[in-house]
Amino acid sequence: MFQDHLLFPHLTATDNVAFGLRARGAGKTAARDVAATWLRRLDVAALADRRPREMSGGQAQRVAIARALAGEPALLLLDEPTAALDAAAAMSLRTALRDHLRALSAVTILVTHNALDALLLTDRLVVMDDGVVVQAGSPADVAAHPRTQHVASLVGLNLLRGTAVDGAVRLADGTEVVAAERLSGPAFAAFSPRSVSLFTERPSGSPRNAWPGRVTALTPHGDAIRVQIAAAVPLLADITPAAMATLRLAPGSTLWASVKATEVTVYPA
Amino acid sequence: MTTSGVVPPGRGSTLGGAPLRLTGPAVVALAFLGVPVVAVVLRAPWASLGERLTSSTAQEALRLSLTTTLLSTLLCLVFGVPLAWVLARADFRGRSAVRALVVLPLVLPPVVGGVALLLAFGRNGVLGRWLDAAFGVTVPFTPAAVVLAQTFVALPFLVISVEGALRASDERYDEAAATLGASRWLTFRRVTLPLAWPGIVSGAVLCWARALGEFGATITFAGSLPGTTRTLPPAIYVALQSEPDTAIALSLLLIVVSVTVLALLRERWLSGLSA
Repeated sequence: MFQDHLLFPHLTATDNVAFGLRARGAGKTAARDVAATWLRRLDVAALADRRPREMSGGQAQRVAIARALAGEPALLLLDEPTAALDAAAAMSLRTALRDHLRALSAVTILVTHNALDALLLTDRLVVMDDGVVVQAGSPADVAAHPRTQHVASLVGLNLLRGTAVDGAVRLADGTEVVAAERLSGPAFAAFSPRSVSLFTERPSGSPRNAWPGRVTALTPHGDAIRVQIAAAVPLLADITPAAMATLRLAPGSTLWASVKATEVTVYPA
Repeated sequence: MTTSGVVPPGRGSTLGGAPLRLTGPAVVALAFLGVPVVAVVLRAPWASLGERLTSSTAQEALRLSLTTTLLSTLLCLVFGVPLAWVLARADFRGRSAVRALVVLPLVLPPVVGGVALLLAFGRNGVLGRWLDAAFGVTVPFTPAAVVLAQTFVALPFLVISVEGALRASDERYDEAAATLGASRWLTFRRVTLPLAWPGIVSGAVLCWARALGEFGATITFAGSLPGTTRTLPPAIYVALQSEPDTAIALSLLLIVVSVTVLALLRERWLSGLSA
């Protein structure tokens, strides 16, 4: 399957999907029946008689996927299947793809720059950075235990590396990240930007990880605000717009960032 | 303060009006092309037009022209489209030499083409001798020779326009078809050909028009035998000596055909743009 779908412009959706079946010797009626089934499965049955130029990008993408799947290939290469789609269309296509790929016996290789594609559509994930494999494993494992900053930023986690000593991970500069888990030796500490709380003054009470820092950037992130912080280590924090207003945050503001020990995952490096 | 910056109204631009030194020759050129055509229309024997066009000589030539040009256009399609495909899609050494050979009939004087065909397919020709000995087939001065002469001069028109259409259509559609399990032949029939269809149609129309007007190679290789090889152009040439009004009537007919072809191609071209 191609990134810009390459549906045959002179054929209707049905004939596009039936093409591969006909090429493999299926009769005209049989091929059209199977094509109709696949168009229905991808929720584009209504487009059966339309030509590609009469479809939106998302519709064409669905028809192209129906065409790729209809031939029941033994090996399927999906190249950026959700690229060039708006967020909603990409998400609904992703859901449809997940169901159909599961039902398909084909080995599927999915190439993507999209973390959601990679996490939702695969059984095994291989992360490449600059032409080198940096991490491989199940999507759940990669998402929970990133091993490089690149992977951590793809799955949206703060990742710190240091040495685990006695319930804490000591970073290179001496900062300690306290965690609930006990471990020893080289270790990673990972935590979600959502579990980072921000204060204008040093917090008192339970959080044992509290670091002073300065805001370097503020960007919208879903329905939250993602705050980039330069502390002893660079951190990301997701806060509500209301919290941002209360804290009067702006680039350059100084603040305290804290994470509860129970929110920090520690695993061997 | 000068007035040189004053822009004349209407189509004027900052460059000023078109100078007479250019518009003058342009008008002369236009008149040179237009006046002869208008002359044919003016001098056409309107009163006896129907009669002259339905005369047996005219009908004979007309019928022969139609059958031979349809056959030669068909030959051009059957052999020219694959040749265009090879030029556009296949990877081979000597492509430029092949293309040069394909366009040669465009610049070759048709008479020379006729002589060349005679030397190839004539009784003592390179291939003709063998055809004669093996099958007893003699080509020159038969309707078959007319078809060959027309095919020879018209083929480049078809090949060039189809090759252009093939180059313009995205080769990745061929690749997409291949990933779906289509053989190269199936891909050609179901994908390549339909995508290049507008180019093939306009190529065929051009090719037919060229075949219809073919004179030099035909008269050299096929002669001008009434009812056998005398197509419209030789018929016009012959009629001009004996019954000029018939020649003018037939000329008018060919002018009408040419203008129609031009209009069709333009339509084709415009609809191709808006598609």
